[in-house]
Amino acid sequence: MAKINVNGRVVDVTVEPDTPLLWVIREQIGLTGTKYGCGVAQCGSCTVHVDGVATRSCSLPISAVTEAQKIVTIEGLSPNSSHALQKAWLANDVPQCGYCQSGQIMAAAALISQTPNPTDADIEREMTNICRCGTYNRIKTAIKQAASASRG
Amino acid sequence: MNAIDLSRRNFLVGAGAATGGLSLGFHVTLGEATGQGVSPEVNAWVVIRPDDKIVVRVGRQEMGQGTLTGLAQLVAEELDADWSMVETEYPTPGQNVARKRVWGDFATSGSRGIRNSQDAMRKGGATARAMLVQAAANDWKVAASECTVDKGVISHKGSNRSTTFGKVAQAAAKLEAPADVKLKDPKDWKIAGKPLLRLYQDGKVNGAQVYSIDFKIDGMLNAAIRDCPYWGGSLKSFDAAAAEKMPGVKKIVRIDKNAVAVIADTWWRAKTALEAVKFDYDPGPHGKLDTAGINAMLDEGLSAKEAFVGNQAGDVEKAIAGAAKKIEATYAFPYQHHATMETMNATARWTADKCEVWTSSQNAEAALATASQAAGLPLDKCDVVRMDLGGGFGRRATSQDYVRQAVLIAKEMPGTPIKLIWSREEDMLHGCYHPTTKCKLTGALDKDGNLVGLHMRISGQSILATIRPEALDKGRDMATFQGLNAGGAEGRLGYTIPNLLVDHAMRNPPVRPGFWRGVNNNQNAIYLECFVDELAHAAGVDPLEFRRRMMKEHPKHLAVLNAVAEKAGWGKPAAAGVYRGLCQHMGYGSYVAACAEISINEQGTLKIHRIIAATNCGHAVNPAQIERQIEGSFAYGLGPLLMQEITVKDGKVVEENFDTYPILRMAEMPSVESIIAPTNDFWGGVGEPTIFAAAPAVLNAIFAATGKRIRTLPIGSQDLRRA
Repeated sequence: MAKINVNGRVVDVTVEPDTPLLWVIREQIGLTGTKYGCGVAQCGSCTVHVDGVATRSCSLPISAVTEAQKIVTIEGLSPNSSHALQKAWLANDVPQCGYCQSGQIMAAAALISQTPNPTDADIEREMTNICRCGTYNRIKTAIKQAASASRG
Repeated sequence: MNAIDLSRRNFLVGAGAATGGLSLGFHVTLGEATGQGVSPEVNAWVVIRPDDKIVVRVGRQEMGQGTLTGLAQLVAEELDADWSMVETEYPTPGQNVARKRVWGDFATSGSRGIRNSQDAMRKGGATARAMLVQAAANDWKVAASECTVDKGVISHKGSNRSTTFGKVAQAAAKLEAPADVKLKDPKDWKIAGKPLLRLYQDGKVNGAQVYSIDFKIDGMLNAAIRDCPYWGGSLKSFDAAAAEKMPGVKKIVRIDKNAVAVIADTWWRAKTALEAVKFDYDPGPHGKLDTAGINAMLDEGLSAKEAFVGNQAGDVEKAIAGAAKKIEATYAFPYQHHATMETMNATARWTADKCEVWTSSQNAEAALATASQAAGLPLDKCDVVRMDLGGGFGRRATSQDYVRQAVLIAKEMPGTPIKLIWSREEDMLHGCYHPTTKCKLTGALDKDGNLVGLHMRISGQSILATIRPEALDKGRDMATFQGLNAGGAEGRLGYTIPNLLVDHAMRNPPVRPGFWRGVNNNQNAIYLECFVDELAHAAGVDPLEFRRRMMKEHPKHLAVLNAVAEKAGWGKPAAAGVYRGLCQHMGYGSYVAACAEISINEQGTLKIHRIIAATNCGHAVNPAQIERQIEGSFAYGLGPLLMQEITVKDGKVVEENFDTYPILRMAEMPSVESIIAPTNDFWGGVGEPTIFAAAPAVLNAIFAATGKRIRTLPIGSQDLRRA
């Protein structure tokens, strides 16, 4: 039994303590926007925010998460796809298959909240999520647009 | 709507099944399945709802390549529809079978999605338009020829009347379809040919999009599987005593002799329990197989007496014997894994009467056939609901093995839906690998530096010999010669070489091969275009000029090459420290070329700054999506060039995850500039063709920068410091 705070809601989950946060989110809470890709923190498809920090949830056991920590998934990033990044993603028609995009957006959201005016080098250093469709260049453009919009 | 949100894709048949309402796909017509009263099916392709919403039915599969949007544009164009009112719907393969394949071939591979469906679908749109107009004209008692259509509104100027598609759809559906309809001239297109945004993007930015791996249905259990990792090996025995006692485990089953699946309440628990199962394998006859052994097999083929001939002209032996200068080189391309972001998965529910499958496939008809066979039920007792794909790239076209497994597992618990998900490790070990080949090239230059003879000896694995042996031509695999053919509309060699021999010594290791985006064009373009660059340097001729001399009879190949050379400023100096390389090739009916600009620092680190790419795909149905395919294909195609390689040791694949099979990431992605140069006189493919232009252009640029020829991929840790 564990209590976790996901998207502002505290929920009780009954799982083995070594269960990764990813599978708690997907199978216990039922939010499937956060994806399984590799299970070894390589691809970033499972990226969520833990207290604002981009975290690869496939490799974080639920036993290491406390009720006080605020977990945000793609579903909790904004109501109605209204986050500046989501708007920029749509304006740039970024997704292809779309499978990795939840993780990409969550990684980007953490980046621009910490670095409001990221350079190309900042983006390339922080955005290490894998996309097999090859949407990288449009992701970069969308991040810069969103960062600019967020700064006003 | 319950927990799942399938309606986004208007996947109403599937949604009905998921909510327990309709029995999916068992010969309900799609129009009736919408749950909004009967929406008239004007014809198989077009349904128009009373609220004027237009539903376009699409047989081909969307998997990120934009085909769904492109095909809908073509139908909407012929309809003169209001694009904002257009939605799409996937018929199931069961429905296709029941209606004598009215939607044609569902297989979405070989960059055929649009080019092989456009004719039927445009006619579907044009026929529906004619019927809608006729219905309005009948109502108004005027001649249909006097009516016009604009954005879904039918008007008759003479009587100043107008109506909408939705209002006349019921009447139109009862009319006989006209036998002949005239399709629009593409120069008059208003919806097709335009850079429209892709359909259904919202769910991909807010997590709502439901991929096959996300599918949920009441009472569903989850399964994890481990199949024997040795090709030709077998499972001698397994010990599941500990696993059976683990939390959530419902049943542990052995299927297809060599695979063990744990069925549990959640997938994580199934996977955890599977790790507690002890396996005893017999590696079988190939238990000692390794990459060195496979390479030795291929090396033998490079000089073998017998080989299948793919393209031949003149007398190459004589030309080489009489050459002023003879050049030789051997290239090698390693095994590749598709590494779709979404691992293989499928949900199945089996009873003695029917079998239902929910999965992501590039060929739902093949998935249906696979399900039927595994279920032991006739086709009309089975169906497959088509879910969104987290990547295809050929993997989900080559084999429906995951569907077979899901059905066999579901048979062990009749009536219970069970979702099978492969772990990444399982996915890596049971791929349909891009085959490995090598190529020995021998070129003959005359005294003026012209190429008068070329022998390309390819040695290596045939995909068709394993995957589709019935497609072999007296043992020969013509797909091996992609892009090197003497004629045809699919992939012609772009050079006139008077004495030519392209042949293939087929050497088939037991590794299961598959169709991997671009397929054999990937290595064929590297072999030929890098060797042509070698020949140009040996002849002391500029690589662009050297190519042009051989391209007089190949104007479309030449046009795209010229386009990239011009945009790159070929012949003019690049920025300091920046070097250029060229490539041109034809595949999947389209002509492509690339010019890469790279630099290499003193430590030998490669930076690909920019790749300029041109494609002539005949008709450009959506230029914005074509641009995205060009960029995306480069991200995929540069992987094998830079870092990706599947190796074999002790009879199985070594690389089990992305830590050992690195994937190109943002920092390695070059800037891409696209030139879309359609000549509007043929229909070529888009999803794959540009993939094969990137790697040879980069390799040729590396030579320009360093004087070094990289002939074995990937570059990996090879020393790129200037020679």
